[in-house]
Amino acid sequence: MKLGLVIDLDVCVGCHGCAVSCKQWNTSGTTGPLTDMNPYGPDPEGVWFNRIRSYEVGNYPENKTVNFPMSCMHCEDAACVDVCPTGASYKRKEDGIVLIDQEKCMGCNYCSWACPYGARELDRSSGTMKKCTLCVDRIYDDGLPESERLPSCVMTCPSNARHFGDFDDEESNVSQLVKERGGYQLMPELGYAPTNRYLPPRTREASPVAEKIEVSTGLLGKLSGWMAKQEKES
Amino acid sequence: MKNPAAFEDHSRQTQKTTTCYMCACRCGIKVTLEEGEIRYIQGNPDHPVNKGVLCAKGNAGIMKQLSPAKLQQPMRRKVGTERGSGEFEPISWEEAITTLTDRLRKIRDTDPNKLAYFTGRDQMQALTGFWAQQFGTLNWAAHGGFCSVNMAAAGLYTTGHAFWEFGDPDWDHAKYFMMWGVAEDHASNPIKIGLEKLKRRGAKFVAVNPVRTGYQAIADEWVPIRPGTDGLMALAMVHVLLKNDQFDWEFVLRYTNAAQLVVCTPSKAGDGLLLRDEEQEPLAWSQRDNTFARWADVECKPALFGDYTAADGRPVKTVMTLMAERYLSEEYAPEAVAERCGISAETIERLALEMAHVAFQESITIDTPWVDWAGRKHDQFIGRPVAMHAMRGISAHSNGFQTARALHMLQILLGAVDSPGSHLAKPPFPRHLPPPVRPAQVSAPNTPLKSPPLGFPVQPEDLVLDENGGPKRIDKAYSWDAPLANHGLMHMVVTNAFRGDPYTIDTLMFFMANMAWNSSMNTAEVQRMLTTRNTDGKYKIPFIVTVDAFDSEMVHYSDLVLPDTTYLERFDTISGLDRPISEPHAFCDAIRQPIVEPDRDVRPWQEVMLDVGTRLGFPALVDDEGKPKYKGYKDFITNWEKAPGIGFLAGWRGENQDQSLVGAPNEEQWDRYAENGCFHQVDLKPEHRYYRFANKDYLEWSKSVGFNGHSGPIVMDLYSEILQKFRLAGQGLYDGPCPEREDDKQRLTDYFDPLPMWYAPLEEQRIDTEEYPFHAVNQRPMYMYHSWDSQNAWLRQINHQNMLFMNRQRGESLGLKDEGWVWVESHNGKIRVQLKLMEGVQSDTVWTWNAIGKQSGAWGLDAKAPESQKGFLMNHLIRELLPNGVDGDRYTNSDPVTGQAAWYDLRVKITAAAENEEGSWPSFDTLQALPGAPEIPESVAHHSHSAVNLERPLSDVLKRGKD
Repeated sequence: MKLGLVIDLDVCVGCHGCAVSCKQWNTSGTTGPLTDMNPYGPDPEGVWFNRIRSYEVGNYPENKTVNFPMSCMHCEDAACVDVCPTGASYKRKEDGIVLIDQEKCMGCNYCSWACPYGARELDRSSGTMKKCTLCVDRIYDDGLPESERLPSCVMTCPSNARHFGDFDDEESNVSQLVKERGGYQLMPELGYAPTNRYLPPRTREASPVAEKIEVSTGLLGKLSGWMAKQEKES
Repeated sequence: MKNPAAFEDHSRQTQKTTTCYMCACRCGIKVTLEEGEIRYIQGNPDHPVNKGVLCAKGNAGIMKQLSPAKLQQPMRRKVGTERGSGEFEPISWEEAITTLTDRLRKIRDTDPNKLAYFTGRDQMQALTGFWAQQFGTLNWAAHGGFCSVNMAAAGLYTTGHAFWEFGDPDWDHAKYFMMWGVAEDHASNPIKIGLEKLKRRGAKFVAVNPVRTGYQAIADEWVPIRPGTDGLMALAMVHVLLKNDQFDWEFVLRYTNAAQLVVCTPSKAGDGLLLRDEEQEPLAWSQRDNTFARWADVECKPALFGDYTAADGRPVKTVMTLMAERYLSEEYAPEAVAERCGISAETIERLALEMAHVAFQESITIDTPWVDWAGRKHDQFIGRPVAMHAMRGISAHSNGFQTARALHMLQILLGAVDSPGSHLAKPPFPRHLPPPVRPAQVSAPNTPLKSPPLGFPVQPEDLVLDENGGPKRIDKAYSWDAPLANHGLMHMVVTNAFRGDPYTIDTLMFFMANMAWNSSMNTAEVQRMLTTRNTDGKYKIPFIVTVDAFDSEMVHYSDLVLPDTTYLERFDTISGLDRPISEPHAFCDAIRQPIVEPDRDVRPWQEVMLDVGTRLGFPALVDDEGKPKYKGYKDFITNWEKAPGIGFLAGWRGENQDQSLVGAPNEEQWDRYAENGCFHQVDLKPEHRYYRFANKDYLEWSKSVGFNGHSGPIVMDLYSEILQKFRLAGQGLYDGPCPEREDDKQRLTDYFDPLPMWYAPLEEQRIDTEEYPFHAVNQRPMYMYHSWDSQNAWLRQINHQNMLFMNRQRGESLGLKDEGWVWVESHNGKIRVQLKLMEGVQSDTVWTWNAIGKQSGAWGLDAKAPESQKGFLMNHLIRELLPNGVDGDRYTNSDPVTGQAAWYDLRVKITAAAENEEGSWPSFDTLQALPGAPEIPESVAHHSHSAVNLERPLSDVLKRGKD
């Protein structure tokens, strides 16, 4: 299996629901807690597995705003795994999820320097690196109802912009979405073969317009036209 | 590699449902508890509002519950200390309630209006309004006066429902969606769910908004309109539709007053009223008989266009004729409005014609037979799949009421009201125009008001005026200043009480309202008013009571503080008598139930209110012997009936718990709600789902369940005779109360136009717009909107400092630097803020995130938190009274029709700050920590159980992950 996410940039409104839901689930998850330093002071800074960046593209008034959620891409050639000196970082063969064994991690940060997607964060409280687990503790938990065995971010997304599935399965929802909508990898040229895909904003053709009446008859002309119409129909 | 058998020990966990309160959206949630700790809050998939999803706020509920800003116990200001100095002492609940009750008893015994009770973003206005009515004070309202009354009033006086809570776009069928002035919410999850559905179906989404953030980011077309000109653009679209014969002839003929006849006798009594017969039935011109006939006699073939002479010789015209005369004029041509709106004439015309194309060339049908009010049988519902939604950007202007009317006119011309694919009413709406409740006019000692303090005037006789024609309410609602102030004017209460205009009060009680900070215009001045004494040493506002769950700025300016519970600690009702959570095709209501026990000495305000009311002997709460009728809130909700069989909760009524909406009280009602995910849902039959304003069977059902008082049609008012009556009063032509002051007369004449019209926002009319070239507006980000959660440990990590956003090219042309500090000055004052240049803002507009700026020391934040050091409030620049009038400080900075606070009317000028000027200004003293306030933690590491580490097998490490 090759598990990962599809994120639909056409409908992401940048609400941060996924990010906070992730934080909420994972602070009691397999690598929890996700510590927040200075939570009520200057420079509040905590551990997040998923952050939303917003960009503007183009100049006013042709500008567009793109909201871009970013989390671990669960790369097939994950540099973060290769550089890990303790063997804490690993990619699971059975499903492709990249994880960090908290007991082996010494918080050296090599992996975060290696990751071009900014997906790894140091928890200064535990002294270990932490990152998206694809909610491994939800998707395999048969104590949860089957419909809820999904990453927390996917379940919560109000605009249905996040999809989870197996990219090895051509019939899966994620494979189908990528096929239909031209899903793409972020920075594939770096060679890490990220698993997650983004769906580009849909493009629209110009909308048809109702037929215009080119010859102006003025107010009186309009009124008499309408009165003639109602007389005819009555 | 195997996964551990259990990541979570579910045997230690329990799950309970309740209703979210992180904003006003009221989504259903499931809360997982682990040995008393909150493990996880998720959306309830069965819930009609959010269908399982949850936004950032809802997902941050744990941090709300853990907030150090939670109030700990009742407190009173220490005797002999200054109000605002923060010298409080804890007191017992008994002492707090006795103090309050003794004070209120004296007021109720003498002049109940000496109590002003105003509530903020609460969701229990039916209960607080009931309490005020029983107390006998006219001086009650909630926050609608600065939120959306323009929207609500325009809808309820035009179509019988309105945007947001009273209706929803038909997300499942709309092919074209135009969203006007909607910031990042209202409502939170339903709009997000809906926008995705639209885009998946290929519908076009057009966003009319000076700022491109949030929802506008995913719009197919962004229309960066100049603030306050939306009404003008909408009426230019009306021009385009009429000019090109693109309107739904049958729809306006049958379901609106378009064919009714208006008397045209300028300067004479009766001008502009509808021609009616002796029984006051409106008339139309019968094309069958070539004479006048009752409009309701549909067989008479009413003429839509024409002018005639009434039997008494008065000239009359159809409403539609008046509309043609007005809107076909060049004044409303796209070319004439383009510059003012900042949108090209081509764009305005194209958008109107795109909508017309969808409405009339891409109509949809739903094959369900139905019968209209006149008995006409229809095989199907014809849909005009153009939907709209509008909110704060429309409502928070002083021309917002007429602008919202203009939007409704557009919808009506397109046949896009409660037809498939358009904007749908949510039960109990639509209601007759307007709902049949008039505001109470008389207050007397120890006597409940005869009707609720708030209602819907239909004529000048319904105003709440004293014997001299002056205001009778402290906020001047229902006076000539704001005749249709259906939600009151909360933003004027402090100012009016301070000035003793129209009179002084004794006790000012706020619930969940931060009037000393972000919920007031002119914040610094309001703080001064709250702390100013008379020459006799007594405070101008003698006694201030604040009820809240959190340490807001307002708490510090209070004499008595009553700490409320959080939303996870109490029972609540989200009632159909209040602000219902219905969906278009289902009536819904809901409850909250306690998830966790409070860890502090706090009580739910609804319990305390009922306790106080019982002690005061409210007739609805005590029996003839003065003994309590109810054993607290739950018992009250179960057993109190508004009318026989109708109470706060609609579900599981009746002896056998099988009746919905109407039925005898049932003692197990709360339990049934709790078992059903804390909500109740009554699905409408397929034949009841559209055209409800005219749907005979629906109208009869809606009467039988108490939604409407009669089953007659809800005829939409393109032309508002109600507004015309007020205008006639302004012209001195009304046979009834008329204003005496010239400025009042002028305002009624100018702004109570019976047909939608546009005028420049009032502040703009009174200042030099060249001196103040920028419009300044603000919005809350969607991860904080409608919530108190700037102090939330997770949400404030997303944003803890607001900046002033300006169009990049415009900023550069003025030599202003990105992230430089600037002075922003209005007619009312100046502030220093940090500037951020961006593309997505109309070039004459600046904006900021509202209410991120805090007073240092409030909300459980560190005194040096960026919210107070670098964040700011735009409120300082906005005055609650209109500037520079010949009338002096006569008029509120509000819509002259509804009294809606016009806080989006603000105009400013912007100059670079000097090199050494940094940090936000003005700065305020740090508020003192409250007694018993918890230490502010240096870190938070919330978890409900120790993590189950996923161990990497040694063999895998040794093989470097290779096989």
